[in-house]
Amino acid sequence: MTRFLSGLLRLRRGPWELLATVLIGLGVFMLMQPFALALYTWSFLVTLAGTVMFIIVSHFPE
Amino acid sequence: MPDPVAVIASATPDPIARKVRGLSDRAIAWLFVAPTIFLLLAINIFPLIWTVRLSFTNYRANRPNEEVEWVGLRNYIRILTDDGIWANMQTTAHFLFWTLFFQVLLGFTLAWLINRKFKGNDLLTTLIVLPMMLSPAVVGNFWTFLYQPQIGLVNYMVELLTGTPASSFSMLGAGGYAKWSIIIVDTWMWTPFVMLICLAGLRSIPDYIYEAAEIDRASKWRQFWTITIPMVLPFLMLAVLFRGIENFKMFDMVVLLTGGGPGNETLLASIDLKREAFEKWRTGYSSAYAIILFVTVFGLASIYVKALNKVKER
Repeated sequence: MTRFLSGLLRLRRGPWELLATVLIGLGVFMLMQPFALALYTWSFLVTLAGTVMFIIVSHFPE
Repeated sequence: MPDPVAVIASATPDPIARKVRGLSDRAIAWLFVAPTIFLLLAINIFPLIWTVRLSFTNYRANRPNEEVEWVGLRNYIRILTDDGIWANMQTTAHFLFWTLFFQVLLGFTLAWLINRKFKGNDLLTTLIVLPMMLSPAVVGNFWTFLYQPQIGLVNYMVELLTGTPASSFSMLGAGGYAKWSIIIVDTWMWTPFVMLICLAGLRSIPDYIYEAAEIDRASKWRQFWTITIPMVLPFLMLAVLFRGIENFKMFDMVVLLTGGGPGNETLLASIDLKREAFEKWRTGYSSAYAIILFVTVFGLASIYVKALNKVKER
């Protein structure tokens, strides 16, 4: 956990990519889940944030 | 006899020849790549940017002379608060999950069985691969006949096996079978594709690895989990990526089979999008819809490519 946080602070690719991946996965789940309309409403924003973050952080150093 | 190269070179007008001779290697490389870049920009990038722009307007393609109003995020808000579109997303997820599940399961099993050496192996592979060579339109049409309640083979087989009268139910009609009917057809058509990719993976495993495992007295079960599965995994993931993206935008086959019905039971997001864009002509609204689907597929593909690279590095 400490390594993950320190990677985030030092702008390393690994932890940031993991964060972006979690956001995309969460967004897609929210888009297609059958439980709450509110989750569906916010799904696009979460997916978009994750995708844009993924594109940016894939240029960070290892 | 004159040198043909010299003849061709002399045919180039002097001003052009002088210009080409003065170009650097980098400039010549750009000259060759430029047509491809131009086509990519014209066919992919420009329409994407244009769609993003349209998604913030109330533009209707059937009324090109009407004044276009900038509506901001209204289209996005309407789509993301619509119960109907939410239901379509769930239908798409159901279709996507089950088709991928069955295709991977059956595709891998078939590849594993076909990979053994036996007589008629090649003929069997060719026969299994036949469905994916057919056009989705043809597949949609002949499965419609197979699913016919009165004359269809499927209902006849069900009657034969269970005693349920053939004309008492319809696979493509009301009754909850329609969702599963399209999954069956897609699985029938595309399992061979997954099988071929898995077969390539299985055939790329060198025999000496299994021989070494035999010497170490590893059981067949252990060989399967520690050699076969890890070495086929990148191929399997590639198959899931291809099929996942394809099935997310599945359109033709489902339109021919059910047209999105009965009711909205098989209305996938792609079919709904087409209706909004080219039947209701709400171009701005459907552009926003398309962007939402695009970002979802793009995000998923990004994760998947990353996972694929990780598996390959192992």
